[in-house]
Formats: sequence, C-alpha cells, structure tokens
Amino acid sequence: MNPLLQLTGVSKTFTMHLQDGIRLPVVTDVAFDVDAGECVALAGPSGAGKSSVLKMIFGNYRCDAGEILVRHNGERTDVARADPRAILKLRRTTIGYVSQFLRAVPRVAAIDVVAEPLVASGIAREDARTRAGGLLARLNVPERLWALSPATFSGGEQQRVNIARGFLPDLPILLLDEPTASLDADNRAVVLDLINEKKKCGTGIASIVHDDDVRARTADRVIDITRFSASLR
Amino acid sequence: MSDAAPLLLAEGLTKYYGRQLGCRDVSFSLYEGEVLAVVGESGSGKTTLLQLLSTQLAPNAGRVRYRLRDGETRDLAELSEAERRFLFRTDWGYVHQDAALGLRMNVSAGANVGERLMAIGWRHYGRIRGSAVQWLDRVEIDTERIDDPPLTYSGGMRQRLQIARNLVTQPRLVFMDEPTGGLDVSVQARLLDLLRGLVTELGLAAVIVTHDLAVARLLSHRIMVMKGGDVIEQGLTDQVLDDPREPYSQLLVSSILPA
Repeated sequence: MNPLLQLTGVSKTFTMHLQDGIRLPVVTDVAFDVDAGECVALAGPSGAGKSSVLKMIFGNYRCDAGEILVRHNGERTDVARADPRAILKLRRTTIGYVSQFLRAVPRVAAIDVVAEPLVASGIAREDARTRAGGLLARLNVPERLWALSPATFSGGEQQRVNIARGFLPDLPILLLDEPTASLDADNRAVVLDLINEKKKCGTGIASIVHDDDVRARTADRVIDITRFSASLR
Repeated sequence: MSDAAPLLLAEGLTKYYGRQLGCRDVSFSLYEGEVLAVVGESGSGKTTLLQLLSTQLAPNAGRVRYRLRDGETRDLAELSEAERRFLFRTDWGYVHQDAALGLRMNVSAGANVGERLMAIGWRHYGRIRGSAVQWLDRVEIDTERIDDPPLTYSGGMRQRLQIARNLVTQPRLVFMDEPTGGLDVSVQARLLDLLRGLVTELGLAAVIVTHDLAVARLLSHRIMVMKGGDVIEQGLTDQVLDDPREPYSQLLVSSILPA
C-alpha cells in the first residue's frame, strides 16, 4: 500500500539576505513515510529542524529540493511543487496542522475559531459550532470563554483552542508540533486520547513531542531528525 | 474556490508615466473566491497595478482579461464603454482608501447604498430602502443613521458604508486600495474582521493593495510583493510571510514591530 505521506530527498536552507547573505542549512535529504493509522514522532534537539520539516509538509515553508508526496482521494500532490491553490485545497481536505501558537484574530470568538475549518469545508455553521463546543468542553475550556476572542486567553487556554481547531476536522493527515507543551496533566491526558482516537480512525500523524511519556504512548515509530540535520551532522 | 476558468487574468501588464516606470510585466490569474494581496512600499507600483486591472488606466503593454457572468472571457480593452460601465456598477466593487472618493458625502447613507441598485435598474423605493437597511446593519452601522450623509460619519463608519455601497450589487470581484489606511488600530481591527467575514461568506474574489502585512495575512490567500514597479516575489501568503526568499521581502517582514 502506498503511504499517505512520503518525503524523499527533502532539503532546506535559509538564506539571510539582511545578514550578509548568511546561508543556514537546516536539513538535507530527509526521507520518511507516514502510513494511515500510525503516528511517527520526529525526534532531535532544538534546532535540528523538526518544526521546519513539519512546516514544509504543510506548505508553510518552501522546500528547496526533494519531494513531499501526499496521497488523498486517488490524487497525488507534491507539496514541494504545488501552486498556492493546490496547497490551500490540501489544507481544506487533507492536511491539518496544530502548532504551538495560536494566531488569534481580534473579535472572533473562540468557538468560531474552532469551528472555522469545518465551516470552510461546507458544514453548516450551527452544526460546526455544536461540534466545536463539544471538543472545547472535553479540553476543559470553560463555556463562559467560548464567546470571547482567545486573544486575551492564557497560554494553556490558547493552546487548547488551537488543539480543538486542529483536531475537529476529520483530515487524513495531521501534523502536531508540541501539542502538549503548555498543558497540565489532565489536559495532556485528553490530548493523548485524542491522538490515539485519530489513529484508530486511520489518520496518519507526524508529531514533535518532547514529553517522553506522551511520545511513548502515541508514537509507533521515532525518526531521528539529526540524521538529516544539516547543522548537526 | 471553484476549479473553473480564472475570473481575472493579467498578462504582461506594463505602464510607464512618460519615462517613469509605473509597473512592469505583471502577470497572474485570480480565481473566484480568491483574495490576492499586493504589498510593497509607496511608489512600488501597487496602485498603478490596481488601476490597470480595473481599466482606469490603459497599459503600455499587456492586457487584462475577465470572465463575464455569461461565462465568456473577454479582453477588457475590447469592451465597449457601456459594457465596462456595467461591469463597474454590478460585477465589480472598488473600495478607495479615502472614503470620500467612493461615496457621495452630501447625500444620505441610504441613498449612497441605493444608488448602485438604481444604476442596475431597481425602481421600487421600498425594496431599495429595505436592501440599504439590511446592508447598513451588515456592516454594523446603526440603521437609525440611514438618513444622515456620510459627512457626519466617523472615518471607520465611512469606510464600512463604502463597503456596503460596493457589495450591495453582489459583485464577484472587489478591488481595494489600502482599505484600512488612515484608521485607528481598533477601528481597523473591526473593519478587517468585517471584511474577512464578508469575503468568505460571499465567496468574493478580491485584489487588495496594502502596505500592511498583517492585513495581507488576515485577508489574503496569495500575496505579491512589488518593488520599483516589478513583482519580486509571489506565492501563498503564509509561505511568503514566514519564509520570504527575496532580500526585499525579508526586509519587509523583518521591519514589522512586535506589538
């Protein structure tokens, strides 16, 4: 069976034009696959390039060389070469991404922030909000906060809003960048359950998790990114 | 976003003002529901490009094609004056930075909105007024103020009224020239949120000229960075802003002061 996500020869270098054109190689020749229903953890110290790899898969960072093949609905897309419209379509239908930080928009209520990807995929707003509320409740975000903009929330609350937004749609590929970083034990346990439920439904996950316990209880395989790390080799 | 043919196609658009370059060899296609931000500093050619796209200026080279409601894609330079005027009144909107350019400042808000409907043949006063009330409400203007002229409105209200006036005919494409320029930050946030909602709800295509990268990030799918009349970088908005490639784009992105 073909993997959902397949990276081959993926390389990335930043050129800092404002700092005398310094070139900062991040990763070279990254290669790994993610199959349906498995969670692949990317490991390595800070600066090894883990987040950059996830961002390239999501199309947020450009990929200098190599292929990032995504398979969905019988279509094959190479994110490294896809045009903006194709990447936006992938984000609506195929790839979800939960980062460490929420980019809060003033005046948009937390529940709408969470419901938005569902609405964008064509689900009726009321239905989407009901489902968003369910997930926020599960992540212990108090109902009195749902109607407020998360701009004023605490770090942990913002992260839970972000997690709810990322986990709510049923997308076949999920990228997780430190989803449990600023959560307490209870909420960490909820996220753990959410990850394992996604796996059962066949979602392929690539994750960055520093917490050894969380990693041990979610990851099926660990990829050591330092193998591809341009700065650490 | 539909997979049909593009709505708007720019091909090699070039404009000189005498010997002075306005913009050079700009090409792109815009699809229904897609928002393109054009960013760059003053004098980079952003506004020239907007005026070329909306046929307010004629290019020295290149052309603009547009898919009309009947499905036919036409070279805009070949439309008759009447056809072009019709486009402007119905299928297009143009939001100016200075609301006074897009509104009639001495006539009532209701008439400002209703005028576009009358231009496309609406005659029933009650229906026109009803639609105007609806739109004022939608852009969060107290409908009690419907009979007041925009001269008596604040800057933020004027800008929201201008947006209502433009959208009342359900255009498919809206051009915006620095829509949040000159407004207080809190007023800007409200306007941006409103625009963002309307653009998604109505599935509008838009070309937004702005020097504010936060506006571009919030509203646009794609971004085009201009400098000295040339497009130096374009692509997915978050990709260009988070991983800018060209020296000038890196300068722009790194020049934002954190709040």
